[in-house]
Amino acid sequence: MSKAETFRAHHFNDLEQQHSAAWIGMWVFLATEVMFFGGMFACYTVYRYWYAQAFGSASNHLDVWLGAINTVVLIGSSFTMALAVYNAETGRSKPLIYFLLLTIVLGLAFLGIKFFEYYTKFAEHLVPGSSFQYEGPLARQAEIFFSLYFAMTGMHAVHMIIGIGLLAALVLKARRGRFSALYHTPVELTGLYWHFVDIVWIFLFPLLYLLGRHL
Amino acid sequence: MKSEPVVSIRIYALVFFTLLVLTALTTAIAFVDLGGGWNNVAALTIAVGKALLVILYFMHVRYSDKLTWVYLGAGFFWLLIMLGGIMEDIRKRPSLSPETASTATQSHTR
Amino acid sequence: MSLPEIEHREHYLNINYGIRSWLLTTDHKRIAWLYLLSVTFFFFIGGLFATFVRLELMTPQGDLVQAETYNKLFTMHGVTMVFFFLIPGIPAVLGNFLVPMMIGARDLAFPRLNLASWYIFILGGAFTLTAAAAGGVDTGWTFYTPYSSIYSNTHVALTVVGVFITGFSSILTGLNFIVTIHKMRAPGMTWFRLPLFIWAHYATSIIFILGTPVIAITLVLVGLERIFRLGIFDPALGGDPVLFQHLFWFYSHPAVYIMVLPAMGVVSELIACFSRKRIFGYTVVAFASLAIAVIGFLVWGHHMFVSGQSVHAGMIFSLLSFLVAIPSAIKVFNWTATLYKGSVSYDAPMLYALGFIGLFTIGGLTGLFLATLGIDVHVHDTYFVVAHFHYIMVGGSVMGYLGGIHFWWPKMTGRTYPESWARLAALTIFIGFHLTFFPQFVLGYIGMPRRYHVYPPEFQVLNVMSTAGASILAVGYLLPLVYLIWSLRYGTVAGANPWGARGLEWQTPSPPPTENFDRTPVVTEGAYAYEKDPEEIYTFRKPAHV
Repeated sequence: MSKAETFRAHHFNDLEQQHSAAWIGMWVFLATEVMFFGGMFACYTVYRYWYAQAFGSASNHLDVWLGAINTVVLIGSSFTMALAVYNAETGRSKPLIYFLLLTIVLGLAFLGIKFFEYYTKFAEHLVPGSSFQYEGPLARQAEIFFSLYFAMTGMHAVHMIIGIGLLAALVLKARRGRFSALYHTPVELTGLYWHFVDIVWIFLFPLLYLLGRHL
Repeated sequence: MKSEPVVSIRIYALVFFTLLVLTALTTAIAFVDLGGGWNNVAALTIAVGKALLVILYFMHVRYSDKLTWVYLGAGFFWLLIMLGGIMEDIRKRPSLSPETASTATQSHTR
Repeated sequence: MSLPEIEHREHYLNINYGIRSWLLTTDHKRIAWLYLLSVTFFFFIGGLFATFVRLELMTPQGDLVQAETYNKLFTMHGVTMVFFFLIPGIPAVLGNFLVPMMIGARDLAFPRLNLASWYIFILGGAFTLTAAAAGGVDTGWTFYTPYSSIYSNTHVALTVVGVFITGFSSILTGLNFIVTIHKMRAPGMTWFRLPLFIWAHYATSIIFILGTPVIAITLVLVGLERIFRLGIFDPALGGDPVLFQHLFWFYSHPAVYIMVLPAMGVVSELIACFSRKRIFGYTVVAFASLAIAVIGFLVWGHHMFVSGQSVHAGMIFSLLSFLVAIPSAIKVFNWTATLYKGSVSYDAPMLYALGFIGLFTIGGLTGLFLATLGIDVHVHDTYFVVAHFHYIMVGGSVMGYLGGIHFWWPKMTGRTYPESWARLAALTIFIGFHLTFFPQFVLGYIGMPRRYHVYPPEFQVLNVMSTAGASILAVGYLLPLVYLIWSLRYGTVAGANPWGARGLEWQTPSPPPTENFDRTPVVTEGAYAYEKDPEEIYTFRKPAHV
């Protein structure tokens, strides 16, 4: 058996079938993730429709610059992830590891900024619950905004943490020489996952941070 | 099994740069009042554009088989079904919240 | 002279012994057994809760349990039966065993994910049983807010965590089936040569994939609201409890098609085999499965006609609900047309299949009454609804499940079950079922609300009939438990194809070898070619790979 053949599982006929199955399997999983986040986007749409004014003014309590910086950071991490996949496809192990690590660093930077934001919201008494304080008659509606803010960005952050874990596992495997031009499916699939998480944020940023800036 | 890269570094770099530009654009437009709900349209259009760039190039969908397109499309189409169905109900009834309620007394403890 | 022995051929059951070989297996057939044992366990737990419900309802007064306890009993009955028996049921047991075999594959696309899905199922079940043991939940299996998210004093968080976890088991199963059916069909097995069982499971898997994540996130939001006081469905904040219902039913309505589509797939196989005929209108039935899955996603608002949903949306959902009945009706017509001029035999699996057709039709027709806005105003939240969904879920799905278990028992175990006992059980179940649930249609129509443990004395006669029927039903369910286990040791040894069926799964020994086929099958005909010999339909080639 060729070296590549050692990566074929017994129930597949050839590597092509195995790769094809893994690829479409990942896309089916991403479809489930679209629906998963979609439930929260549905809640957002409903309350934004009913409470546009409250949502607009509540949104302005978020730091748009931190949000924008984070968007750039995450898009950058998608770029480095794509480059990691490129190097896996061309069998260049060292650049692959380098770009995976860079992606992890950018991901951690994103999380760092995010948790700093959470901390400032906590200090400003904008975390929903018994300590929530908000001026004005729209306080209750604003609390819904912040509930959605924490739920949506929190769930996004959980997905990022999982992604960073997957990337770390990839780095370990890459260092052991597991990947080559002929077999690098885990790198590709992790890339798909990471890009998906980026896309979620691409929508979260304008919907949560930008909706009230023109008011 | 392919041993050629699917997408060149040049295209990745172009896409990355475009994404940065679009991010700056959507942030800048947000501060300008376009009136009549057009801010929403602008923000969502740019977001969809950014998402498409990531999907088509970073995620290689431009070069993928039809089945990938089907499942990608199915996910988003089903999301639209859910949003559309719910909003069709929401837009035809008033919200539960009094528009200008005073925060003086809240009759229920949380 | 020694007694004839079973040939000591190596197959998936005897290739390895010991608990580790079962708990660490990646063989889809063994995983199917793991699921079979688990869902059977949960079925009887759910039945236990139902027993107490029906015992309480024998008298108009609340004399067996308190109101709060009764609320917990029907909630736990619903949660256990829906999430831990009906939804996994046929797909995880029969689907896992048969999907690779029916398409000529050696296993599912992702065997380790398959095993993971079972462990996830067990973990979710453990959480839910813990919640039950700790005192249970009283919100109804529907978890409506704000009662579930704010006011209930029962173990809501623990239960929603359990259901959330179990949802991932469904998602992984659906994912596995979709990829397997797309990518691992044997040579010559084109889409329109697939058995209708496969079409049904493909359609079901679409629902698994696109629906389950929505209830997952909804339960997360309920949990967050409960634990962290995040106010999304809280009316005091301007939140909308009906929004919860939208999100909940967006999954939970398609979920009922998860429960019934696989049973329909089983019925297609049974009707064809026991009529010795091709299914009438194969292509139409295949597309009807897809149509049910798709249209089933468009009707969820019919659970909310009187909840505060706008009349506008109510009318749209009502119309769409009428449409979803059409593909189901088409299937019933086609099965009936298959029977016409067929060579019909009445073995136990066929009794279940015929029972399914009758009971599902009644359940489905009463669904049309419920879809009619004017009628639903009167019968919503009454026993009319309870009867409707039990006709479909018990009269439909459970009968389909039992029919499938009996039909493929010889394949799975290499043994046949005692036919007379099986027919007796099927008949007992059929009679017990009608006695249990038909009175409930009447009760609902004359005004008895659901989820009440007390009722006016004039409703007692019908309630007693229902409870009496339930005890007969219980006997009917216990019988297979006994004789199927008995058959494992004392049943006649089955050959590869005791029913003379045409599916690929019958062209390999019973029990099958671990890799399902010793040589790769090559398919040259469509399914149900009962007018031909199996040798004319399939050939086998030397394997290029093992």
